[in-house]
Amino acid sequence: MIRFIIRRLMVAVPTVIALITVSFVLMHAAPGGPLTDERAVPEAVMKNIEAKYNLDKPLWQQYFIYVGNVVQGDLGPSFRYKDYTVNELIASSFPRSAYIGAWSFLFVVVFGIAFGVLAALKQNRWPDYTVMTAAMTGVVFPNFVMAPLLVLLFAVTLRWLPAGGWEGGQVEYIVLPIIAMATSYIAQVARITRSSMIEVMRSPFIRTARAKGIPRHSIVWRHALKPALIPVVSYLGPAFVGIITGSVIIDQVFSTGGIGQHFVNGAINRDYSLILGVTILVGVLTILFNAVVDILYTWLDPRVRY
Amino acid sequence: MFFSDKHTGMAGLADTLAENAGVDGRSLWRDALTRFLKHRAAVASLVVLVLLVLFALFGQYLSPWDNESIDWASLPNLDEDGKPSLTSQHYFGLDPIGRDLYQRTVQGSRISLLVGVLGALTAVIIGTLYGAISGYVGGRTDAIMMRTLEVLSAFPFMFLVIVLMAIFGRNVLLIFVAIGAVSWLNMARIVRGQTLSLKRKEYIEAAIAVGVHPFFIVVRHIVPNVMGVVIVYATLLVPEMILFESFISFLGLGVSEPFTSWGALISEGAGSMWTAPWTLMFPMLMLVLTLFCFNFLGDGLRDALDPKDR
Repeated sequence: MIRFIIRRLMVAVPTVIALITVSFVLMHAAPGGPLTDERAVPEAVMKNIEAKYNLDKPLWQQYFIYVGNVVQGDLGPSFRYKDYTVNELIASSFPRSAYIGAWSFLFVVVFGIAFGVLAALKQNRWPDYTVMTAAMTGVVFPNFVMAPLLVLLFAVTLRWLPAGGWEGGQVEYIVLPIIAMATSYIAQVARITRSSMIEVMRSPFIRTARAKGIPRHSIVWRHALKPALIPVVSYLGPAFVGIITGSVIIDQVFSTGGIGQHFVNGAINRDYSLILGVTILVGVLTILFNAVVDILYTWLDPRVRY
Repeated sequence: MFFSDKHTGMAGLADTLAENAGVDGRSLWRDALTRFLKHRAAVASLVVLVLLVLFALFGQYLSPWDNESIDWASLPNLDEDGKPSLTSQHYFGLDPIGRDLYQRTVQGSRISLLVGVLGALTAVIIGTLYGAISGYVGGRTDAIMMRTLEVLSAFPFMFLVIVLMAIFGRNVLLIFVAIGAVSWLNMARIVRGQTLSLKRKEYIEAAIAVGVHPFFIVVRHIVPNVMGVVIVYATLLVPEMILFESFISFLGLGVSEPFTSWGALISEGAGSMWTAPWTLMFPMLMLVLTLFCFNFLGDGLRDALDPKDR
């Protein structure tokens, strides 16, 4: 098990390096640099600025300097926000995204699985139909539709909740972002849980457990749930990525000041170092999380052996 | 005794065969069609989707306005005069700068549906060929191709596509190539799995025995036989592509003016919903309706074509 975990994490390293390389090359293949729309300055000054950001060196040298810095945890200065380093920008915005993301993820796991199990156990009766109709509706409302819709309903029309802002993460400011983020993933998880739970409940080992007279709640919780969660866990990887990228939308609609906003601004302003930094952070998180999901898998499903 | 028994058995079989000679054989596809037609929601969704395509293609002829000119008369008082109404023939109202929202929606539907279908098509072609080759050739090639896939699927592609959009300009063609090119990974995996089970079949052995080139075995024998599964996943890919494009356009990094798409319209609507909620509602309804229909259609096709449920 330990060896598998180590091996799995070793695979993640080349992936991270590939990610850094691809984004670096893409970024520098772009027409126009971060300094092209600046006011015209004397050539000597321009040279000094370029030297400061290492832009005067050949590309391969820039690449190695950059990778060297990244390994030490330094993502460099931001090109656009002159007085800030990328580390500072990320440090100020990432906790907000992580806060909203963590709550959303928790809701996705808890409610998604609970609704799915409920629907499976009451298959073809009203709880099943209710959950499945709601889930189908949830699936077709992606976060960028859900977010403005929630604002329209709860902020513009009913005036119950603020339309945006952060204010230290008070409850009324993060309720709508979390709902907008989690809805479609809760729906997906519920659908997946339901179908896999139904399949497991029909399998021979559950019939055996029933025949032995084990009480129903104990069959569901101790025997059926673990194997039924296998497909759910494999969906949590993509769901996690979705929640991270969803932060881009949430920041835009609710002005929460999370990391997604820096990503979009970075893309629009050609702020190379900022966008590279965010991409690398998100990439590393994604890769790590996928590794965690794989490791969880071996625990849930003893048949999986690496 | 034994022999005579066997003979009557054979004779009986021959009789049965002769009796059944008049019955039509049911092909795989005919069978699937019957099952598909039983799935009410899927059939209804197909009808709605056909109507949506017709709306995108010919909807522009139903309104006297066009998607570019500004209704100057209603512009000063957009919150009142810009409301959807039949008398002004702005069926969906006006957009924030005074253009007819109905015509803009028709235009956006075209692009969204086009991106969805072309993106899915790109993904299907790359994914099917990659998966079929990887599964059919096997051995070290397979191992390398699958490792590559693993590395690629750990990438946060949404971010890379946004980066691509930002640096190479916002071009509709680039959008669906980019989207399609990064969405074939699952398809490749599914097709590879199917291919692995197909390649041991007798007709493939026969093709190898008569010396058919491996490439033609893949294209002529493997690919047509994985089509059923491919169609199901392609149907589910289309809404995913539409979502992907809308997501990027919502951020203002997708299609650019004068073009538009559902995502871009929703983004505009979200900006002006405080005073003009219809600018959000109409494009949103189109998007949600389309996603609904494609999901039901996918479910129906899966029931009809997935061999697991027979």
